[in-house]
Amino acid sequence: MITLGHYLVLSALVFGLGLYAALSRRNAVAMLMGIELMLNAANINLVAFNKYAAPGAMQGQIFALIVITLAACEAAVGLALILAAYRRFETTYVDDLHLMRW
Amino acid sequence: MNLGLIAPELWLGLLGLGLLLVEMITGSESKRVVGWIGAAGLALALVPSWGLLGQPARLMFGGAYAVDAFAAFFKIVAAVSGILVLLAAMAFFRDRPAEHEGEVYVLIVFMVLGLVAMAAAADLILLFLAIEFVSLISYVLAGSLKADAKSSEAGVKYFFFGAVASATMLYGFSYLYGAGGSTNLYQLGPRLAGLPTPFLVVAAVLVLAGLGFKTSLVPFHQWTPDVYEGAPTPVTALLSVGSKAAAFAALLRVLYVALPPGAWVSVLAVLAAVTMSVGNLLALSQQNIKRMLAYSSIAHAGYMMIGVVALAASPTPMGSGVTAVLYYLLAYVFTNTGAFGVVIAAERLLGSDAIPDYAGFGRRAPLAAFAMTVFMLSLTGIPPTALFWGKLSLFGAALQSGLGWLAVVGILNSALSLYYYLGVVRVMYVQVPADTAPASEGLLTRALLVAAAGATLVLGIYPEPFVRLVQHASLLLRV
Repeated sequence: MITLGHYLVLSALVFGLGLYAALSRRNAVAMLMGIELMLNAANINLVAFNKYAAPGAMQGQIFALIVITLAACEAAVGLALILAAYRRFETTYVDDLHLMRW
Repeated sequence: MNLGLIAPELWLGLLGLGLLLVEMITGSESKRVVGWIGAAGLALALVPSWGLLGQPARLMFGGAYAVDAFAAFFKIVAAVSGILVLLAAMAFFRDRPAEHEGEVYVLIVFMVLGLVAMAAAADLILLFLAIEFVSLISYVLAGSLKADAKSSEAGVKYFFFGAVASATMLYGFSYLYGAGGSTNLYQLGPRLAGLPTPFLVVAAVLVLAGLGFKTSLVPFHQWTPDVYEGAPTPVTALLSVGSKAAAFAALLRVLYVALPPGAWVSVLAVLAAVTMSVGNLLALSQQNIKRMLAYSSIAHAGYMMIGVVALAASPTPMGSGVTAVLYYLLAYVFTNTGAFGVVIAAERLLGSDAIPDYAGFGRRAPLAAFAMTVFMLSLTGIPPTALFWGKLSLFGAALQSGLGWLAVVGILNSALSLYYYLGVVRVMYVQVPADTAPASEGLLTRALLVAAAGATLVLGIYPEPFVRLVQHASLLLRV
């Protein structure tokens, strides 16, 4: 029997992995993938809560659908910015973007 | 449904779409037309927003969108900062050929629409949408000078910090939804009230990651100096006033309506003290004016957070904490946009952002230097300028709510900030320049500086009508 707890543990794991990737990876594209994981962890939560905690209305599922769309927009904008920076710096490693410090 | 109640939003949406078309048909030499139409359109949006101030508070679209004096006040703040920023942007792009000048004007108008929605959202879904709308536009705006390496770097850094922050906030939203069984803030309020405090503290901290990022609250402030320095200066101005104001609006609504005070007052009080101190201490040694203003903006987020926590700690229905925050934000819009206006003028005249290069600015460009003096005095909180009253009411609210220690930290920090704000004034008037030739700011910049400095002084000398305005706007917060 799969309970709400299982989903919450799964989403916490996915969120933690995503956060770890976003904070520890230095390659911009890999960081973007970490952020996608974080957003999807929230989606798992939203859909699971919709099923177990608030089964009457569809708000959780609608929220998840909107987040999926937004994640696509965010990836598009992020990749565009990474590409613009790549043209100037010829690297996708964020540590090499250091014209400004303290 | 009465569409008149969302007239400002409808108008801003139409204005942005119309400007996209205008931008397409104007030649690359005359992109300023887009900016002028945008500024005029934003000025027109003030009319219905002003009318909404008197409307009774209500919720629209199934409870997802609030129409109250609080939201109307932030519509006015967003439109005014949009107008000032558009003027600053037109001054910035004068004799500086840029590939995407027209798009920047259009995006600023759309950003105002996003800020308006942020302040009025009463549902987690809509709030998240509005915040992402604003965020995506600001990432693009920060990186919009593609020929400038610093701007590209700022865009990437802002994007990564922002995306992680909003994903964290979304994760917090998902727990609020799970615990309350609804995405509506006004339904969440009573349902969250009885839940165990540790859970609520975790949820509040996750949500604060997103909204604290936008207000540059420590420890979510690391992006601020790099993005402020690298982004085109008018965009920096918009981030420092527009985004910050709307984020405070969203923060106030979420904290005040949905989350019980026990979950966040003590956390935020400590963060407020840390934010002020970190911002001011790091600002002391800055040699780049945009970086200095970035740390100053962090410090001011800390001051304003005093009002946010004073609101919760004070049981009186007067809500003096919110009133203080709203007044502070209004004053900060004029003061900080004006300061960035001077920075734009100095970039054009001196070709530098370094504070030592401002030497002799007082003799070379007397009007800009005088305006800068007004703004620096206001940022320090010295009468007769606008932020003096802002700070006074913030510290007063803190004392009233039994947070005397926070007021003391704030006063000490203000004294500390005197050093670096007046440092700029000293360089402009006292130090001997290498070049003494008079330099002209240009008509547009002059108009912007006179308007901003005038408003800063008016708010400082004759604050009564504005105090009445913010009191009216803060009373209706609860709908």
